[in-house]
Amino acid sequence: MARTVLTSNGRGRGKRRDRASDRRTGGSAGIKKCPTGISGLDQITGGGLPSGRTSLVCGSAGCGKTLFGLEFLARGAGDHGEPGVFVAFEESVDELAANAASLGLDVRGLMDRGLLVVDHVRVERSEIHETGEYDLEGLFVRLGHAIDTLGAKRVVLDTLEALFGGLGDHATLRSEIRRLFRWLKDKGVTAVVTGEGGQGQLTRQGLEEYVSDCVILLDNRVRDQISTRRLRIVKYRGSGHGSNEYPFLIDRTGISVLPVTAMSLGHEVSHERVPLGVAGLDEMLGGGPHRGSSVLVTGGAGTGKTSLAAHFAAAACRRGERCLYFAFEESPPQIVRNMRSIGIDLERWIRSGRLMVHADRPTAYGLEMHLAMIHRMIETSRPDAVVLDPLTSLVRAGAADDVGLMLMRLIDSLKARGITGVFTGLSDSSAADATEFGVGSLMDTWLVLREVEAEAERNRLVHVVKSRGTAHSNQVREFTLSGRGMTLCDVYIGRGGGMLTGSARIAQEAADRLHEESLLEEDRERRTGLERRLAEIRARIGALEADLSRRQAELSRLSLREESRARHAGKTRAALARSRRAAPSQGAKR
Amino acid sequence: MTPAQAAKAAEFWDLRLYVAGQTPRSVTAISNLKRICEAHLAGRYQIEVIDLLRDPKLAQGDQILAIPTLVRRLPEPIKKIIGDLSNTDRVLVGLDLRPRGATA
Repeated sequence: MARTVLTSNGRGRGKRRDRASDRRTGGSAGIKKCPTGISGLDQITGGGLPSGRTSLVCGSAGCGKTLFGLEFLARGAGDHGEPGVFVAFEESVDELAANAASLGLDVRGLMDRGLLVVDHVRVERSEIHETGEYDLEGLFVRLGHAIDTLGAKRVVLDTLEALFGGLGDHATLRSEIRRLFRWLKDKGVTAVVTGEGGQGQLTRQGLEEYVSDCVILLDNRVRDQISTRRLRIVKYRGSGHGSNEYPFLIDRTGISVLPVTAMSLGHEVSHERVPLGVAGLDEMLGGGPHRGSSVLVTGGAGTGKTSLAAHFAAAACRRGERCLYFAFEESPPQIVRNMRSIGIDLERWIRSGRLMVHADRPTAYGLEMHLAMIHRMIETSRPDAVVLDPLTSLVRAGAADDVGLMLMRLIDSLKARGITGVFTGLSDSSAADATEFGVGSLMDTWLVLREVEAEAERNRLVHVVKSRGTAHSNQVREFTLSGRGMTLCDVYIGRGGGMLTGSARIAQEAADRLHEESLLEEDRERRTGLERRLAEIRARIGALEADLSRRQAELSRLSLREESRARHAGKTRAALARSRRAAPSQGAKR
Repeated sequence: MTPAQAAKAAEFWDLRLYVAGQTPRSVTAISNLKRICEAHLAGRYQIEVIDLLRDPKLAQGDQILAIPTLVRRLPEPIKKIIGDLSNTDRVLVGLDLRPRGATA
C-alpha cells in the first residue's frame, strides 16, 4: 500500500539555497502565519503569509497576481471561515467574478453568504481634478467600513499602483500609502497588495519600500515557445522559507505551487519485491525491484521498452494493485492493441479500473505543467505503480537542466508515497549505457535493452546495468517477444567464446546436441569393446586354471604311483628272500 | 445672451461635498465652496455636506477615494474635484463653471 512519510527538518532559520530549504516549519516561536490555502504555497512558506501583516505579490502583466489575491480570499473564506475584502482598482466586480469562476472559485456565492466583499474603486484621471490639499481618507473609510461590517480578517488590494496613474500628487500618495499599511496592521488583518513588475525594481512604483514583511514575485516566462509560471519568495522577514523558484500552474482548480511534496531524503523503505512480470528478468533482479524504487528501462527504438512496461503494469494489476500509465508517444488504444500482440491484455485491467492510462503530447504544455498534472493524478488516483513511457520525450517540453530537476522531484514524490515507478527512455543505441541528464544515476534499477546483429539477423538482449540493494545478475541475456509475451532464453556461449543469439544459437544448440550424442555413442562402443575383452580374459583364465588342475592331478597320480611301486618293490624283495631261505640281512641288496 | 447661454444660466446646481470629520481641511473646503458658489452660482445651487465618518456606506456610491471630494451631481455629467478647493481657478475649470461675464 502506498504510504506517505514526510520528515520534518525542524525549525528553519533564514534562507538556505539548497533542496533542503524547500520544506520548512514555521517554528513555534516564529511569527504567526496565515494559511493561504493555495496548494503548495503554505508548504514553501512554512505555514502561509505573515498574519496581521502586509505582503506584496508582484509580477508582470498576466502572471496571476489578481488570481492569487482572489484565491487567497476565497480559500480563507471557504476553508478557514475568515471573511475577506477585495479592493479592486482596475477590474469591475463582474470581471473579477468571471475570472475567478475560471479558477473554480465561486466569488458570487461567497459574496451572497457574506464572506466576501468586492469593492471596485474607480480611479479615472480624467474624472479627477486636484484643487488643493487632500488625503485618501475616503479609501480608508470604505475599507474600514467593509472590514468592520464583515469582520474580515483578510484584505487584498489590487493594485495600488493604479492610484499613481489616477492621482497627480505622488508625494501625498506615497505618504498615504505608508499610512495605509500602518493602518492595516493596526486593524490586524492579513493583507496582500499586488504590484506590477518594474524595471530595475520589483514594482513600477516601488511599493516594496513600504512592504517589509513578505514579498513574493510571480513570473511568466516563455522559452522555446512554451510558457512556464514561476513563483519566488524574495523576502520573508522573521521566517525561514524555500528561497528557490517554484513552478506553479493556474487551472480550473486554482493555483498550484510545486513541489507538492517535500524534497527531503527521509523516505521510508520497503523490503518487499515487486516483480516486473517477466520471469527470467525478475530472477536477474533477485525477485524484482523493491517496492517504491524507480526502474529505468532504456534502449534504442523498437527494442521492447513499452512491452516491458506493459508487462509491469499487467503484473501489478494482476496482484490487485492500481497502476497509472502515462503515455507520451502513443495513444491508449494503440498501446492496448500493440500489447495484445504480445499476449498482454491491458483492456481488461482498464475496464476493471485498476489500470489508468493517460496520454498527452509532451509539447502540449511546459514541463512544470506536466509534472503538476502527474502529481495531481497521483494524488487523486493513489496508484501503487506508475509508468512513464517514454520519459525522454518530455525533454522536448523543457530545457535540459529543467528535466533533471523535474525528474528528481517526481522520483522523490513517488518514493515518499511508496509507489514503484517504471520509466522508459529512448537512448542512442550506440551508447547504450549512457543517458541524458544523468537520469541513470537518479534511478535505483537500470535495465538496458538492445539489439545485436549477427549472421544477417538482429536479436534482442537485455542486461542489468545496476540495481541498488540487490545482488543482480551480470549476464547479458537474450529475450524474445512473442505471442506469449517477453521471455528470456538461456544463456548460450558458443565454442568460440562469444554469446550467440537467435538462429545462430539454435544452430549451435543443434550442433552441440549432435556432438553430445556422438560422444555418447563412442562411449557406448568403447564400453562394449572393453566388456568383451574382459570376458575373453576371464575365459582364458578359466582355461588356464583347468590346465593347472589337470597337471596337478597328474602330479599327484605320479607320486602315488611312485609310492605304490616302492611298496611293491619292497614286498617282492621280501618274498624273494623268503623263497631263497637267505637271511635278509646277508648279501641282500636293497 | 444667446438661448443656450440663457439655458445654462438657469441650470440648478446640486453639489455634494464629502468630508471625514471636522478637520481643518474640511472646514477650509466648506468655506471655499460657499464662497465660490455665492460668487458664481448665486441662488441656483445646493450644497450637501456628507460626513463619511458618520455614513461610511455612502463613500461607495459616488466612488469617493480622496477627502475632501466635491461631486457635481447636477447638471450632468458628474464631475469630481478633490482637494480643499483653495485653487479657485482649478475649481472653476473642474466644475466647468465659467466666470460670469466671459463669452462661451
